[in-house]
Amino acid sequence: MMKFHRIHALITRHLFLYKRSLPRLMEIFYWPFLDLVVWGFITVYLMKFQGQLPGVVTFFLGALILWDVLFRAQQGITISFLEEIWSRNLMNLFASPLKPSEFLAATMALSVFKVAMVSCVMVAAAYFFYSYNVFMIGLSLVPFVLNLIITGWIIGVLTTSLIMRFGQEAEVLAWGMVFLFQPISCVFYPIEILPKWLQAIAWANPATHVFEGMRGVLSGGSLPVAHLGWATGLNLLYLATIIGVFHWTFNICKEKGLLVRVGE
Amino acid sequence: MLPIVQVQGLTKKFGDFTAVDGVSFEIKQGEILGLLGPNGAGKTTTFQMLLGLVTPTAGSIRMFGKDLAMHREEILSQVNFSSTYISMPYSLTAEENLWVAAKLYGLSDIARRIDEVVKKLEMEEFRHKLTRKLSSGQMTRLTLAKAILTEPKILFLDEPTASLDPDIAHKIRALLKDVRRSAGLSILYTSHNMREMEEMSDRIIFLQKGKVVAQGTAQEITERFGQRDLEDVFLKLARES
Repeated sequence: MMKFHRIHALITRHLFLYKRSLPRLMEIFYWPFLDLVVWGFITVYLMKFQGQLPGVVTFFLGALILWDVLFRAQQGITISFLEEIWSRNLMNLFASPLKPSEFLAATMALSVFKVAMVSCVMVAAAYFFYSYNVFMIGLSLVPFVLNLIITGWIIGVLTTSLIMRFGQEAEVLAWGMVFLFQPISCVFYPIEILPKWLQAIAWANPATHVFEGMRGVLSGGSLPVAHLGWATGLNLLYLATIIGVFHWTFNICKEKGLLVRVGE
Repeated sequence: MLPIVQVQGLTKKFGDFTAVDGVSFEIKQGEILGLLGPNGAGKTTTFQMLLGLVTPTAGSIRMFGKDLAMHREEILSQVNFSSTYISMPYSLTAEENLWVAAKLYGLSDIARRIDEVVKKLEMEEFRHKLTRKLSSGQMTRLTLAKAILTEPKILFLDEPTASLDPDIAHKIRALLKDVRRSAGLSILYTSHNMREMEEMSDRIIFLQKGKVVAQGTAQEITERFGQRDLEDVFLKLARES
């Protein structure tokens, strides 16, 4: 049984850090803002070809904001783990009654916090710079966002497991791993663009169903129930699997004595 | 009375290398057991296994009569540790770090308890200071404060007075003896300061190449090896290895 006070302790530990860490605040405000401004102006330029590319602003900015939801959800998990490595705090945590599942629950809660903050920045910037209202996607925005957060968690826990197992050399994955999934998430283009063999892989990616569904809604279609069903089903399957992988890796690291050496 | 810690045939192998080889010992309630040995003797690995951070290859660890592997959460909530070789999050103040630790162990009345520990360890001047700005001596006091804050029944201390000046080190030893007396705390203690080991430990076990090569009171061990004091025993064994 998980104990809330231990999850609360970890969440607060990171919130204490956020209030006085410039790099952590930049993750929330600076980078997402910069992303949106650069891509926004590219989109405005593309608007000149509106005839050839109908609804380009809606597609691009919507996709960009939703991609950042996934990206920041992943970072919320992985960076929280890296913070513990950098501050040589893993021993303090795992020699306490804290369970690995409570550790994951805390990092997931932190990633939701991060996504909420980043989304506010991006939604506001999109509105003020480009008069773009992401809520025009409608009610389906809620299940889209929830699914992307879970996909971000899955990639985040996978990356964390790899860093725990392979140590400092794998730290670079914290920033790079998610981009391995970007081409097969069909964020900025429809799945038909991909070669047939890659389409089969892309359909196994929950994020693809979200972005395909989003494009469907923006093209005036109804709530893409099938896409949402697939995204949710795949996400739940992968999440259960990756949590199992994390626990398995954790036990291997304890056997090999890696947990106390990670980061050295 | 049942020993509070029972270690039986504890072994840890990393591939072909045996770091800890069939180590057995017990710690009674209120007892301070010193763990001595040269670098690479297996002290740190033994500590890490007792804290559930490393899984033993063989043997058993029981605390409060319960198996550590089976009752990890229950046991670790009554155990704490301090080591010179760990740190705490640098971007938090000393007090924030103590607050997080208290919450992690489910303490109630956290503010009062932090005040008590801060006073006991003379941390007033740096309680609101960022951890990254602490001197190594202040850092040692902070990790020690974290260890006693949660009112554990067993304390594992890995060189707790390293990097402290003699005055503070003396006060810390007095504090540990006092906590041991008043709360019946059991302590496993390592140090490379032999005089400190003699002063603090009720019994000592001497590890060498992962094995227990001697155990008893400091006097029993020095007599057994025909040496003047513990330091000479240490030098003799370390040079033999």
